[in-house]
Amino acid sequence: MKYLPLLWATLWRKKTRTIFTLLSIAVAFLLYGVLGTVDYAFEHPSAGATGADKLITTNKFSITLLLPFSYTQQIRSVPGVAVVTWITWFGAYYQESKNFVFALPIDTDTYFDLHKDEFAVNDAQMSAFRNTRSGVLVNSALMRKFGWHVGQKLPLHSTIWPQKSDGSLDWTFDIVGTFDARDPTQQSQQSSSVLFHYELFDEGRTFGKGQVGWFEERVVDPSRSAQIADKIDALFANSPNETKTQPAKDFAIAFLKQIGDIGFVLRAILGAVFFTLLFLTGNTMMQSVRERVPELAILKTLGFSDAKVLGLVIGESLLLCVLAAVVGLASSYALVPLVQRGLQGVDLTHGAQPSGIAVAVLLALLVGAPPALRAMRLNVVDALMEKR
Amino acid sequence: MFKQLFAVSRMSLQTLPQRLGASSVIVIGIAGVVAVLVSVLAMAAGFRHTVAESGRRDRVIVLRGGSDAELNSNLTRSDIDTISNAPGLAKDADGKAVLSSELITVVNIPKIDTGLDANVTLRGVGLQLQKVRPELTIVDGRMFRPAVRELIAGAGAARQFRGLRTGSVLHLRNADWKVTGLFKTNGDIHESELLADVDTVGSTLERTGYSSAVGLLAGPGDFDKFKDALTTDPQLKVDVEREPEYYAAQSKQLTQLIDVVGNTVAVIMAIGAMFGALNSMYAAVDARSLEIATLRAIGFSALPVVLSVMIEALALSLLGGLIGAALAWWFFNGHVVSTLGGAFAQVVFQVTVTSALIVTGLVWACAIGLLGGLFPALRSARLPVAEALRAT
Repeated sequence: MKYLPLLWATLWRKKTRTIFTLLSIAVAFLLYGVLGTVDYAFEHPSAGATGADKLITTNKFSITLLLPFSYTQQIRSVPGVAVVTWITWFGAYYQESKNFVFALPIDTDTYFDLHKDEFAVNDAQMSAFRNTRSGVLVNSALMRKFGWHVGQKLPLHSTIWPQKSDGSLDWTFDIVGTFDARDPTQQSQQSSSVLFHYELFDEGRTFGKGQVGWFEERVVDPSRSAQIADKIDALFANSPNETKTQPAKDFAIAFLKQIGDIGFVLRAILGAVFFTLLFLTGNTMMQSVRERVPELAILKTLGFSDAKVLGLVIGESLLLCVLAAVVGLASSYALVPLVQRGLQGVDLTHGAQPSGIAVAVLLALLVGAPPALRAMRLNVVDALMEKR
Repeated sequence: MFKQLFAVSRMSLQTLPQRLGASSVIVIGIAGVVAVLVSVLAMAAGFRHTVAESGRRDRVIVLRGGSDAELNSNLTRSDIDTISNAPGLAKDADGKAVLSSELITVVNIPKIDTGLDANVTLRGVGLQLQKVRPELTIVDGRMFRPAVRELIAGAGAARQFRGLRTGSVLHLRNADWKVTGLFKTNGDIHESELLADVDTVGSTLERTGYSSAVGLLAGPGDFDKFKDALTTDPQLKVDVEREPEYYAAQSKQLTQLIDVVGNTVAVIMAIGAMFGALNSMYAAVDARSLEIATLRAIGFSALPVVLSVMIEALALSLLGGLIGAALAWWFFNGHVVSTLGGAFAQVVFQVTVTSALIVTGLVWACAIGLLGGLFPALRSARLPVAEALRAT
């Protein structure tokens, strides 16, 4: 610690150079903070909605094909299944197709039982929802986005389901309440959610009656999920509607993987950035040590051991890299919310920033090692005789 | 003046090898930026190409009104009859409208590289398939036959998804389907799909309706006639679009997203590379201070010296840009990948490093080089001659 002022002074020996180097390292860590966070989110779908005790049952042949509602009873009878609920894709938007709304017809009792840890709804609004057939609960962020208020009518266009009454794809609901994610980090995932009653949906639609999109189950003992999933699928084997049951988390991962190997793309970019950086910073450090050969020789003359000189150069490299990394990673915190806006439904709350510091230390050791070794091996007499 | 410039520039470029370390920082830094930029944009370009190739101006797609995408749409048999009688459609030798009533769904087939299920489009097509889509050619095996469970697979799909070879059998919804051949359609979006007889697909899905009707117009100018006839029919509620417009709308979001992400990452990287270039060029000017001062002392003016520094920066960044573009081309051009396109279905496409993208990359490289060279060049001009000469 007592050498810190010395390190600080040598760091600023050439101001412009240090500033530019600092900035380019900071930029790299800014990218690390953002891309690393996105990468993590794609590899680890958020825990709340996809806890280990949740399973999802879809049509084995195609996720767009419906399953008979009657499966509910059979799935419920499987030992170890605590709750079953059924959901259908409604494909809704508000006014224009770019205003996508994640509206789902749900069964109130089972849905909120299964997802009880996820939604915060006040009791009055919850009972209003239970008592209003055409009622909807809307995520509060979505309410703000479109300026809706509780008590108003909400027209939603379904791209799939025409109504029995007039064949129209435009459905009208009543907003009776709002909800928030119980865990604030999950809010972004629910930010375009609207929940309404399955009964209204099933009676109102022209076709597909008694058929639902998929089932979700909660199991009593998460360690037995795999066996329970197999048992559920066995119930419907060789029927026209075979099922595929898997942990909700695996389903989410498989879906994200369908977009492509995003992780690979992100890591390739980061790889290119850091390879470039290694070169750039390494060169700067080497140059800086080269210029300071006489100074280092004087330090040695004063009694600094070889190891201490080595430590000084490594320390300087550490100071430079970690300082810049902190600047870059801190600014990446400001950038992540912007990215979140473009990537709705992905949980970006688990930042990659802490691991960035470890990367900075590794980088510092890599770029600091060659000049530090050179400084350590410096022969005092030769070095002092050198002109520069 | 030009003679001076030429002399100074030649000197600076000739002494480059002595400043190898610092110069290579510019080259490598810019190569990294350009490689990332060109690769990411090449993905967007490949995807856009696949989608843009889909459809002809004189081919129309009819969906139920308000459905947005084929997968959501539903048309009845009588809708199809009305559509096939509408004016403006091309007629075949028997006087029948050239129209294919289609039914699509997505089926779960594992991707070869991840082994995880992906949504592959299974498209039931009408008997007039080859009249509606004359670009379709069977490249292996034979066409499927109607009324039996046979299908043909797109060449793109066959490369990405498991078990799609001529003669292989797919198990779809309790029934075995035989893959009788592979087809190509000029690299368009349908090459990511499986095609089969529409009624056979309908019976498998237990559906009586259709998703869409795809028809060939008698001429590209007949679009309005056809569309007006359908949209003014009170019995019918449909959306009519030219195919290219339909497919462009389906892919707009994704291409925009890739473009925005690619450009943002590249801008941030470019800023980092510019700092690197600044550093290197300052070092270069420092290293050459004696030489520059000498030139100034023997009568060279400031401008050629400034320009020579800029030229050096430009030459280095251009070299970096070329290396970066070459790396992107070498690693990714022609790489076949697939993603979730609009409407839940996989689209297979080829990453395409076009010459326009290479030019874009080189323009970026030059911009970074110019900005990185400017301030050091100005410093070189302001170098106090006498002091620099004494510094030795």
